[in-house]
Order: sequence, then C-alpha cells, then structure tokens
Amino acid sequence: MMHEDDPQAKTGVTRRALLKGTSAAAGAAVGSGAITGFPMIWAQDIKNITLRHIGVSYSVVQAIGDQASKDLGFKVEMQNLDTSTAITRFITQPQSVDIPDLEAWQAKVAVPHGILQGIEIKKITQFDNILPIFTKGEYEGKKVSSQGINAYEVMYMASPDSTQIVPGYHDYASFLPQVYNADSIGYRPDLINHPVTQWKELLSPQFKGKAAILDVPNIGIMDAALALESRGDVTYKNKGNMTRDEIDKTIDALIVLKKQGHFRATWTTFEQSVELMAAGEVVIESMWSPAVTAVLAKGIQCTYAPVNQRPDGKEGYRGWTNGLGLMRHLKGKKLEAAYEYLNWYYSGWQGAFVARHGYYSPVPATAKQFMSPNEFGYWYLGKPAIGDIKDPYGVVIAKPGAVRDGGSFVERFSNISCWNTVMDENEYMIQRWNEFKSA
Amino acid sequence: MLLARDDNTMGELDGGPAAVTPHCRRERSWSLSSLIMAIPLAIILLAFVVAPLISVVAVSVFRYDNFAVVPAFTFENYQSVLTSGLTLSLYLTMIKLAAVTWAATLVIGFLVAYFLVFHVRSKLIAIGLFLVCTVPFWTSNIIRMIAWLPLLGKQGAINAALMATGIIHQPLQFLLYSDFSVVVSYVNLFTIFMIVPIFNAMSRVDPALFEAAVDAGASRLQTMLLVVVPLAKSGIALGSVFVITLVMGDFYVVKIMSGGGAASVVSAMVDDISTLLFPHAAASAVVLLVVLTLLIAAIMRVVDIRRELVRDR
Repeated sequence: MMHEDDPQAKTGVTRRALLKGTSAAAGAAVGSGAITGFPMIWAQDIKNITLRHIGVSYSVVQAIGDQASKDLGFKVEMQNLDTSTAITRFITQPQSVDIPDLEAWQAKVAVPHGILQGIEIKKITQFDNILPIFTKGEYEGKKVSSQGINAYEVMYMASPDSTQIVPGYHDYASFLPQVYNADSIGYRPDLINHPVTQWKELLSPQFKGKAAILDVPNIGIMDAALALESRGDVTYKNKGNMTRDEIDKTIDALIVLKKQGHFRATWTTFEQSVELMAAGEVVIESMWSPAVTAVLAKGIQCTYAPVNQRPDGKEGYRGWTNGLGLMRHLKGKKLEAAYEYLNWYYSGWQGAFVARHGYYSPVPATAKQFMSPNEFGYWYLGKPAIGDIKDPYGVVIAKPGAVRDGGSFVERFSNISCWNTVMDENEYMIQRWNEFKSA
Repeated sequence: MLLARDDNTMGELDGGPAAVTPHCRRERSWSLSSLIMAIPLAIILLAFVVAPLISVVAVSVFRYDNFAVVPAFTFENYQSVLTSGLTLSLYLTMIKLAAVTWAATLVIGFLVAYFLVFHVRSKLIAIGLFLVCTVPFWTSNIIRMIAWLPLLGKQGAINAALMATGIIHQPLQFLLYSDFSVVVSYVNLFTIFMIVPIFNAMSRVDPALFEAAVDAGASRLQTMLLVVVPLAKSGIALGSVFVITLVMGDFYVVKIMSGGGAASVVSAMVDDISTLLFPHAAASAVVLLVVLTLLIAAIMRVVDIRRELVRDR
C-alpha cells in the first residue's frame, strides 16, 4: 500500500504545467497526442502493466482507453458488460477486474462486499476541482436532490479497507465520478406539434401505441413515477426509495396503461431506444441525451425534452453518475498505475471526449482546455453553435446556429429531481415490475 | 457419416434417469473398457453440470440481506417464488409460447423431413438438401432474429408492401413487438432442431413398408399417419425436447421480439441478478429445472426413446 508520495507530486506538477501549455492549442489538437509522456518517471517499470477497466458501453469507451494507454505508457484494456453482468462480475470475480466502472448505486452495493479499496483522496490532483455536486452534495447554492442515490451520499469511506460508506467528507472515496448526465424524454417534433416539457406527456392518450419506456426496473420505475407525479396521479415522498404502497400504485397504473395498448414497446439498451424512434415505432419515449443525438445523426428530427422542475416539485431530470473504483486486490506498481489512470481521467481529454457525446465531466475546468470555445459554448453553456459541432468520431451532428436541447449545464443540473437508485424494497419492486411486463 | 454421428449423440443425450428401463439395463454389458470410456463424460458432467447445480440449489436456500448473500438456511426464496402470481403468469406465458412454437416447428419439421426422406429419390441429393437446411444456421442466432425487425416493423417491408397494394390502410401493429413476432423468431430459430432428429428417425424406415401399406390399400395420408408417424416418433420426441427446453429457457428472443412487452421466466431471473438477488434467482432456476424435468419426463413416458433407438439397430 505504502509508497512515496514524491513521484505522484512530480507527475501532478508535470501534468498541470503541460495542460497549461497545451490549453491554447487544445481544441483542434486534442487527438494529436499532445500530452504524451507525463509519467516518464517510472516509464520503464510500468510498461508491462495492464489495467482492466470494466463497465457499461456508454461509460467505458475503447477510444478513451486507447488514448490513456498512449499518454500513460502502460496498457489500459476496456471491456464492456451490461449493467447487471458488470456488477455481478465485480462481486463474484473481483480478481478479474482492476478498475470497476460503478454507478453511484452500484458503489453503495459493492462497498459492503469488501471488493473495493478506498481511494486516497489526497493522491487525486484534481479532486478540489471536482464539482461540488459530487464532493459536497450541493450545487449553485442548493442541496442536490436526495431522492434516489446521489454520488455524494455514497462517495466517502473512513479508511482504505473499510466496508462501510460514511456520510460527509472523509479522506477516502469509494468511487470517483467520471461521467454523468440528466435523462428525460425524447420525442419527434415533426410528429408532435407542441413542445414537450412535462413527463406526463409520456402517458398522454394522444400517443397511445406510440410511446415507450425504459425497461431497467430500478430506473424505469422512476421514469414512470416522474410521469405519474406529473399527471397528478400519485405523490411520492422519495421516488428513488419508494414504499410498497407507492410501488403498487405505480405498477398498477403502468399495467392499466399497458392493457390499453399505450406502450408500443419498452427498451433496455441505448441502440434499442434509437431504433424505436428512428424506425417510426414510437414518437415519444423516455430517452438518454446521446440517443437523441444518434437519432439526429440519422437525419431524423428528434428533440430532448427540457423538463425543468416546477415550483410544486413536479418534473425535473433523472440524474446518474458513473465513476471509477479501485479493486481491493490492486497493490504495488499496479496500484500506482491505477492512481495514474484516475488522475489521467480528470486531466481533460476524457472530459472533452464525453462532452461530444452529450455527457459531462466532473471537472469541466480541464475538459474545457481540450474543447474549442465553440464546443464548450454549445455543450456546456447552452449557446448556439458558431461552427459545425462534431461527435467524438468526427460526424457533424449540429450546424451553426443550433442550440443544445435542455439548455446549459447549470440549467440541467439545477433541475435534477431524482438519481438512479436501488431501493430498500428492491426485491418487491422487481417482482412487481415483472408483473407489469408479463401483464 | 454426419447422420450416424448425430444419432449417437442423441442416444447419449437422453441417457438421463427417466429413460433407463429395466429392459435396457439387461441388454447392457458393463465391461471395463466401456466404464473407462464413460469416465471422461462423467468428469465433464460432474464438473460442469452437477457441481454448478449443487451451488445453485445451495444458494437458493440462502438468505439475502442488504445486498449480500448470507449462508443461512431459509425457504423464504421458494415461498416467494411459489406463492407469487407472477410465477404463474410467467409460466403460463412461456408454456403458451412453447406450445405454439412446438406445434409450428413440428408441422414444418415433419413435412421437411418427410419430403427429404421419402420424396427425394437420390440419397445424395437428400443429404445435400438437408445440409442446405442448415445454411441459415451458419450466421448467429441474434442476426437471424434481428433480421425480422426491418421486415415486421410499422414501416417495415411487409407493412409497406401491404399498404402500397392497398390491402391495408393502417400498418399492422401486431406484426412486431407481439407474441406473433416472438413465435415467428422461435420457429425460425428452432425448426432445425425438429428437422434433424425426425429426418434421422425417418431415414431408418424401411421403404418396403410403404409398398406393404399401399398394397394393403392405405391412402397416402393413411400411410403417413399410421406408418411413418409411429416409426418417426423417437425423432419427434427428441425434437420436442429440444424445442420446448430452448423456448422455456429463453430470455433474449422474448425480450427483443416482444419489444420488452413480455417477460419470460428467465428474464425475471435476469432482473433479480441485476441487483444481486441471487438467492431468489437461484430458487426460480431450481423451480424451472423441476418444471422442465417433469415436462421431459412426460414426453419420455409417451415415447420411450431409448427403446425406439435400440430396436432399430
């Protein structure tokens, strides 16, 4: 476990200096490998190391691993599994994973299993620049929603070998946020003749047989709850941790809708949601922001509904956070490499990459250095594009003048209603959700 | 050669407890060499079937607490699985799908095999055509399934054609994301498992029996029903076991082709596992295993496959 802090500090300085140096040329020069070689100090020792970073496809991206391998001098291997297979693997085969990609609720589930080691926060050079949404549980002077499981709630541990999450800041982290977003509804503006700003539209009889919702039980039920709450049918104390009674009301309402033929389908993967919309099977569905972008890229109109919270507490986005953990078995050189990797994640390249998907970095300050002012204005500030906006692979997805749906980053993240979750009544909820599906 | 090998594999596959009758046992001679030959398979079955099964059964009686599996004995998981209306509705759904799929694959599989064996004169061409039946299976299951999506969709090929010819004015919604599309996929995916054993069983029917039947004044249909079906029933039974177990154990086809509109027994287990409810999922798995064992035992009771195979040789 113990090793000198010296090399860490040195690399940190190198990296910062380097970032300053490159910031001017950043926007265009991103992919050109401008930041090669900063962990030179022990380049010889680490080149045989391979880190296995495992998680869901929208979070663990090959291109990011390739860039990290190039910049860091050791190999990062990205492996994709779906949400449930990933968490199952972390817990049942911990030795086969080095860097688990965890959603906040998964961190809560994983910590008691003793498969993670606490991340020593003082080794994370950019920690103080991580947005307070995550580190302090507040944003723009407001406390972030405590419905569901927010990252702040599950982030801290008292010691590296603890198996307990503790409230409030401590010196060790269970996981470090790396990518996050706010989900809402996607719809076809060419087929729906009014702007959609409320969740209840998802249940509107107007869209009977042309609507779909997300079929991942623990988050699908929250989308349903947001819609039912918006329609005024049910009130919830905590949509992210429902009582049995609230679960029953929600599922019963869904079953009624299903029997009326309201839902054309439900979807479980990103690609399915894109296909449903692009093939004209549905005109409205709960959706992720990059999926809307993917529909747009096919030349089909699609809008991401801005569902800002209302004064009565209705509406708002469902937020989620994915982050990096350290498996407990990591030690020695491999552990040092893992820390290098965590620090690399916050150095900006990855932040800029995910921004072009429509996701956000917890450290926008460094991501900004790797984005052109046009890109940063479009993705983060909600400004109209002043030049073509390209996705991470260079495909033009917005023309000059286009504005990102849902407005600026600040607007979105001041309007989070609830966070992805796993409920106390999880077992009961999953059973009832399957009743909805088999109804 | 290929067929002969298939035949042997099937002989082994049905070697479960249900198929062993005293009659067969007497015919077998347990020489040392056959014991030695059985050892590798026994090891494989122990390591990859028996051992995992024991752990599934063990986990199914463990307690689940706060996202951790606690090794404390309880029947709660079974109680929850067996008393839930969900279990019943999941099984009814799957049995309905399995029954429809079974009927469709049986009719298609039987007719294809019948044609290949009795209508194609040259044995070589018959085997060639039989191999052609397997060509679609050179691609992956998933691709064959997903290929139906653009065909059956609201704006898919079938709806577009029907609309263009003026037969319908609204796209037919039931074509996709319905039980219909699920069954279409199953039939597409699993008919081969019916064709192979039936083809095999039919190939061993003596053509002289046809002449005898015709001489005795039987019509074509009568020959098929009274002569061929009884002789091919071992193949039909084997094919049925394959198709029914494949459907009952499926979760992916249901999920994709029903558009998430239907849940299957296994998809409910997948949802359990997604939040680490292993004991509950394990109990469901054991229940499914018991149900399938009973189903297969029932099929074996109707057709004693082992005796059928032995008799023919």
